[in-house]
Amino acid sequence: MSEHQQTPLRVERVTKSFGGRGMRLPAPFARNNGHRRRGRMVVDHVSFEVQRGEIFGVIGANGSGKSTLIRMISTLLLPDEGSVRVFGYDAVTRATEVRALINRVSADPSFFRNMSAYENLLFFGRVYGLTRADVRRRTPVILQKLGLEWSRALEPMSNLSRGQQQKIAVARSFLTSPVLMLLDEPTTGLDPRSKRDVQTFIREVQREHDATILLTTHDMDEAELLCDRISFLSGGRIVALGTPYELRAQVAGNRPVESIDMEDVFMALTGRSVEEDEEEEGEAALVGG
Amino acid sequence: MALIALPRAPGSGGVLWAFIERQTNLWKRYWAWELVWLVYGAVNTLAVTFIAKQVDAAGIGSVEDVNALVLFLLIGTLVWAYLSAVLDDISMVVQWERWEGTIEHTLMAPVRRAVHLAGMCVFGVLHAIIRTSLIFLIALPFFSVDLSQADWGAAVAVLLIGSFPVAGLAILAGVLPLLYPERGQQMSMMIQAFVLLVSGVYYQVEVLPSWLIPFSVISPATYMLDGIRGAIIEGESIAAVGPELAALAAFGVILIPGSMLVFDMAERWAKKTGRLKRQG
Repeated sequence: MSEHQQTPLRVERVTKSFGGRGMRLPAPFARNNGHRRRGRMVVDHVSFEVQRGEIFGVIGANGSGKSTLIRMISTLLLPDEGSVRVFGYDAVTRATEVRALINRVSADPSFFRNMSAYENLLFFGRVYGLTRADVRRRTPVILQKLGLEWSRALEPMSNLSRGQQQKIAVARSFLTSPVLMLLDEPTTGLDPRSKRDVQTFIREVQREHDATILLTTHDMDEAELLCDRISFLSGGRIVALGTPYELRAQVAGNRPVESIDMEDVFMALTGRSVEEDEEEEGEAALVGG
Repeated sequence: MALIALPRAPGSGGVLWAFIERQTNLWKRYWAWELVWLVYGAVNTLAVTFIAKQVDAAGIGSVEDVNALVLFLLIGTLVWAYLSAVLDDISMVVQWERWEGTIEHTLMAPVRRAVHLAGMCVFGVLHAIIRTSLIFLIALPFFSVDLSQADWGAAVAVLLIGSFPVAGLAILAGVLPLLYPERGQQMSMMIQAFVLLVSGVYYQVEVLPSWLIPFSVISPATYMLDGIRGAIIEGESIAAVGPELAALAAFGVILIPGSMLVFDMAERWAKKTGRLKRQG
C-alpha cells in the first residue's frame, strides 16, 4: 500500500460555488484559470492532507467555507473541481466506501427530537452495521466519558439541554468507531463545562484510539488546545497552514513567539479578525458556507 | 485494489430493519397524530359510505343497488385510506428528515439508497395495513354488508401486488422535496390529490370527463380498486382478477426501478447544488 493510499484525507484543489451555473467559457472570455463562475465561490482551490492520528484544524469565520468543505468530504456535496480522497477512496466515485470510514459531528446536533437519545443512537448505529447489543454496550461507556448519565439517554431528545444534545451527537459519531472523524464546530454554543467535556473526550479518543480528526472551528483557543496542525480558511481559500508554533513564528517578527496568540496570527495572515470575517461573510453562510 | 480494511459493511437486512424500527419508534412517539389520522380515516369512511344510506332513504335504488353502493363506497374509502397512508409514509422520506434536521446524517450513512427506500416502503405498507384494518373494524358495525361472497385471497393478492407500483409512485413524489426544498411536499400532495381524482375511488372512472380518462388508465390505483372490488363484491378469484394483477405487476416492474433511478439522479443533483441541507 503506497503512502498516498494510507493518507486518511487528501484534498486536492477542491472548488465549490453556489448560485451559478459554473460555466466554462472560451479562453478569451475566461478569468480565474480559465473558469468563470457566476455563482459565489465558497471553497476556492483548497488543498491539504491530514496524516494518520493527527488532529487537523480548519479555522475560519462563519461563511469562510468550513462547513462546505466538511460536506464535500462527507459525500453530501459534489465538488465543482478537484478531488477528495479518504484513504485513497474518491469521495465522489467511491462514496459508499468513504462513508463507511468517516463520521461527523455538526454544530447543530440534528436528531429525531421526539425519539429518545438511545433510539436515535440505535438507528444511527444500525445503519453503520452495529447490532442492538453493540449500541447498548458502547453507549453508556461513551456517555460516561462525556459526563452524561445513561438515564438521560432514555429521555426524548427534546428534553435535553443544548449541551447534552451535543454530547449525544458526539457519542453518535464515535459510536461507529470511524477512522476519520469530521468535527464541524462541535463545541459551538456549549457552556464552558460541556465544552471542556467534549474537548477532553476528543483528546482522549485521539490519544487512545489513534483516530484521525478534522476539526473546524472559529475558536482560536480550542484550535490551539486540540490541533496538531492548523489551516486558516478565509474567503474559501487556505491562507496559512502549519503547527500552532510555526504559525505564531511566522508572524512573530522580533517579538517572542510565546507572546503571540492565534488571534494575532489570524489577523496578521488574513488581514482581518474572525469577527470581521463573520460580519462580511455571514451572507455566504446562508448559501452554503 | 483494497486501500484500507473497510469496516464490516452493514447487511441489507439489518439496514432494512433499522429504518422499519426507526419509523416504528417515531410512530409511537407521535401516537397522538396517529390517533388523529385514525379518527379522521374512520370518520371519512363513515361519512362517504353514509351517502349510500341517503340513496336508500331517498328511495332512488333497489335494496340490492343500495347494498352494492355501500360496499362500493366502503371499499373505495378503505383502499384510499390504505393508498394515502402508503403514499404519505414513503413520500415523506426526504421531507420528514428535513423537518427533524437529520437528513445529512442519514444520507451520509454507508447505506445503499435502494435498501433505505425499501425499508421506508416496507414500513409504509405495514403501517397502512394496520391503520386500514382498524378503520375497517370501526366502520363495519355501521353497515349491514354481506361479505360472504368475497374472495379474500384475491383481494389480498391485489393489495400486495398493487403496493409495488404505489410505492414507486410514492418514491417519485418523495423526490420532489429533494428538488424543491420549499415547495416539494406541497407538490407531492397535489400528485396524491390527482391520483384520488382519476382512479375511481368514489365513482367509476367512466363518469370522468373524456380528457381525464387516459390518466385513470395510467394510474395503478385504478387497477387496484377494480381488482379489490371485483374480489370482494363479485367474489372474483385470483384468476379472474388476473388482468388487474398483470397490470399492477407491469406498473411495478416499471415504477420501482424507475423511481429508484430518478431518486438517485435527484440526490446527485441535490448534492451538486447543495440542497441536501437541513433547512428547507
